[in-house]
Amino acid sequence: MTWEEMSPLLWEATGQTAQMVVWSTLFTVLFGLPLGVALVVTDRGGLLPSRPLNSVLGMVVNIGRSLPFIVLMIAVIPLTRLIVGTTIGTFAAVVPLTLGAAPFFARLVETALREVGRDTVQAAQAMGAGRWTIIGKVLLPEARSGLVAGLTVTVVALISYSAMAGVIGGGGLGDLAIRYGYQRFETTLMVVTVIVLIVIVQLVQTLGDTVARRLARH
Amino acid sequence: MIDVSGLRKVYRDRGREVVALGGVDLRVRQGEIFGVLGQSGAGKSTLLRCVNLLERPTEGAVSVAGQELTSLGRAELRRARQRIGMIHQHFALLSSRTVAGNVAFPLEVMGAGRAERARRVAELLELVGLADKAGAYPGQLSGGQKQRVGIARALAGNPAVLLSDEATSALDPGTTQSILALLRSLNRELGLTILLITHEMHVVKGICDSVAVMRDGLIEEAGGIAELIARPGSRLAAELFPLPDPAPGDVTITFTGRADEPVVSEVVRKFDVDVSILGGALEEVAGASVGRLRVRLAGGERVAALGYLAERGLLVEEAR
Ligand SMILES: Nc1ncnc2c1ncn2[C@@H]1O[C@H](COP(=O)(O)OP(=O)(O)OP(=O)(O)O)[C@@H](O)[C@H]1O
Ligand SMILES: [Mg+2]
Repeated sequence: MTWEEMSPLLWEATGQTAQMVVWSTLFTVLFGLPLGVALVVTDRGGLLPSRPLNSVLGMVVNIGRSLPFIVLMIAVIPLTRLIVGTTIGTFAAVVPLTLGAAPFFARLVETALREVGRDTVQAAQAMGAGRWTIIGKVLLPEARSGLVAGLTVTVVALISYSAMAGVIGGGGLGDLAIRYGYQRFETTLMVVTVIVLIVIVQLVQTLGDTVARRLARH
Repeated sequence: MIDVSGLRKVYRDRGREVVALGGVDLRVRQGEIFGVLGQSGAGKSTLLRCVNLLERPTEGAVSVAGQELTSLGRAELRRARQRIGMIHQHFALLSSRTVAGNVAFPLEVMGAGRAERARRVAELLELVGLADKAGAYPGQLSGGQKQRVGIARALAGNPAVLLSDEATSALDPGTTQSILALLRSLNRELGLTILLITHEMHVVKGICDSVAVMRDGLIEEAGGIAELIARPGSRLAAELFPLPDPAPGDVTITFTGRADEPVVSEVVRKFDVDVSILGGALEEVAGASVGRLRVRLAGGERVAALGYLAERGLLVEEAR
């Protein structure tokens, strides 16, 4: 295969991967962040302790985390059809990607929030701050470096998951590598695809590390 | 200003009951600096945290500035807390906010507007001597500077009362002195009532008007410092002026604010006794000089001599 033949394929696949990753990252944060916050505040000694709610949330997260992504992807096909209307294509892949990554991100959010000292939270309570103020103005801002680090890990995981999502017709770089590299023995294209993936992951990680480090400096 | 009565706090820790406070009564008067002393685990922090209800008492009543706190609803309690400042041993500042942002936090909680916040923050930083550090982050400050930020933050709501849990314990002696001086001047100039916990005697000597000594969840001794010192058998007096254990017959004389009167030589002359001085200490406490002298009296009219000293208003204790 010549470079002229590979180039449009690569561009298209990269666009699909980007689309899957951006949308699923968005939804992962949308669901995972509140879930992580809920895990912390409902815990014993938290701002809104509730043992039953905490156990249920913990269980949901653990189930989500223990399912292999490949299995999850197939298992949620009916749900995907319900939400997106189709089970094929880039947008259809966003549903399993989000379901796979949100519990993972929620745990990372939980870990980051637990780093915020009890002292700091109690000082805010002593100043008369309510629960929502403490979540919004103390817990999240104080944990922001850890949150960015967690988000970076999650995006990298999503890039890797999205390669598998090619299986359900989501397209993307992983799908390209499998279809051409594996099924048609186009080794060059496969190698180039892998390099592109590595570069993207590197870029995301470096960007995430830089931002996290800058936020942690204070 | 602070009234605590019948305060009990029982923690349930894995089925085991820990009585942190076993019925404490405490009265802190308007405008005074009240120190709470006691060994580790005596319940000092628990007591302080019950005053702004960070800890819910198991039993008892807490009232601050005439308002009974235990009966307040959630929103009312939050409003009441805005008028009770608190400073912490490890400062508990928000590391993601600048100095100005930290001081602004309680003002945001109170719902103050942007202009009002900026004005108050500038005023408060000026008050604690940190006007030039407004844009710095806590990570860039020394311990003493951090505690000044903590104090500015605690004063944001014009509190009537300031609670301090070991606020100087993490600081070196020089910095401790400057923070104590700041607290003293806030007390004098703003009429701020301060309830502070410490395990350092020199903090008590330095700035407290009154003191309570806690032990095993109870208050063992409490009162104005001068009054406690003049009380026979006071543990506080013994701790403020550590003297060696007396032998039987040794006499301990405690005097306040009269170090210049020649009582000892008078006694020697009038009663023909021999006085040997075994030990002594002279301290500035609550603005007055207080001394304790350990002496041995022999010969002459020993009993009459002791009676005379007591008559002169000195506290005379004879070891048995
Ligand atoms: N949250 C808690 N759960 C169980 N027990 C507690 C809790 N907080 C305090 N206690 C217990 O209550 C008692 C009093 O503790 P407190 O922290 O008030 O002591 P303290 O006088 O402040 O000691 P220190 O000088 O070490 O700070 C201790 O026996 C402690 O173990
Ligand atoms: Mg304590």
